[in-house]
Amino acid sequence: MSVSGMSVSEGPEPYRGALWRQPVNPLVVVDDPEAVELTGPVFGSADVTDLDGDLTRQRPGAPLGERITLTGRVLDRAGCPVRGQLIEIWQANAAGRYAHRRDQHHAPLDPHFTGAGRCLTDDQGRYRFTTIRPGAYPWGDHSNAWRPAHIHFSLFGAAFTQRLVTQMYFPGDPLLPLDPILQSVGDDAARQRLVAAYDPELSTPDWALGYRWDIVLGGPSATRTEGGRR
Amino acid sequence: MTPLPTPSQTIGPYFGYALPHPGGGQIAPTGHPDTITVRGRVLDGHGEPVDDALLEFWQPAPDGSRAGAPGSLRRDPVGGAAIGRDGVAFTGFGRVATGADGSYVLRTLPPGGAPYLSVCVMARGLLQHLFTRVYLGEADDPLLSSLDARRRATLVAERERAGVHRFDVRLQGDGAHEETVFLAFG
Repeated sequence: MSVSGMSVSEGPEPYRGALWRQPVNPLVVVDDPEAVELTGPVFGSADVTDLDGDLTRQRPGAPLGERITLTGRVLDRAGCPVRGQLIEIWQANAAGRYAHRRDQHHAPLDPHFTGAGRCLTDDQGRYRFTTIRPGAYPWGDHSNAWRPAHIHFSLFGAAFTQRLVTQMYFPGDPLLPLDPILQSVGDDAARQRLVAAYDPELSTPDWALGYRWDIVLGGPSATRTEGGRR
Repeated sequence: MTPLPTPSQTIGPYFGYALPHPGGGQIAPTGHPDTITVRGRVLDGHGEPVDDALLEFWQPAPDGSRAGAPGSLRRDPVGGAAIGRDGVAFTGFGRVATGADGSYVLRTLPPGGAPYLSVCVMARGLLQHLFTRVYLGEADDPLLSSLDARRRATLVAERERAGVHRFDVRLQGDGAHEETVFLAFG
């Protein structure tokens, strides 16, 4: 299912963020080829162990919920793979509760699920996580507001300018058109780029459902020029 | 065809068990004699502290290298716990969550070849992360020289004493204080 047809008029007002936290002045555009931000931090095998991408095996027992495999590619704005970069995810458990003490939703914590994972992209820019599908949960935006199931993603590219923090959603979720946070993204085509696809080819028989979500990092980088690699 | 970028979404209130890591604000190798401290607060348009912000820092090494190094958030290979840096390598990357009073502390080495540290600010209630810079004093710099004095001053850390620099991030002006200059990259 696509999320097309989601329009602002069907749901609540898009989330505009905390009013007193929004800068009022326009961003100052830096167009300096020597800017430090055109490079960025690097991470390696010391930062990420092979088990960190499997959120179902971080505790002695198995977490409750629908086991899923989540994979995709990370590309830069030229369409080239983002290699060897860090991806971090965090999410609620199957009941819709985060392992965070500020989350006081009346849903159970799962002693076998923390909900944080990380991995490095491979030479083709691919990533892979095994986790459980998070549950929906209520929040205080408006009366009876529920967040659709989502996974938070944090990504680094080859440049600090490519930094991305975002949220991934699941296809066919009836809460998508009602979610002010997803609706805060201006146009429908852009909202669709936050929704993963169910991919039967990725599902593992008798084990896990497979979802695919590709990610494109905006922002310039010093490692490439118009003609290719610098 | 050029692919379209994936939109940004708010970091939300619950990143605290996933992103911060031990020693995230300690970029300087342990006991390094050139260590400087950058400290301050993140504040909103009421002048109230932002207690759920995450600040990330990126900078060149003292020798000017911008290559960085892995090891900012090392994992214990046995238990998987985050154990942080080895105290020797200079990775150039720092990550600090603000405290209940909106404060942060970063200990690092002075950057080589650039007069500033790059900063990425994330917080609940921000739809998208914000970039800014900490200049460790006035400098001959294309960004600073493009700004008027009042705006420029928001990017220049105040020297509290030798080796200690104060830099507040004001997400919005509060009437008495100017909003921090935030950046976009073309």
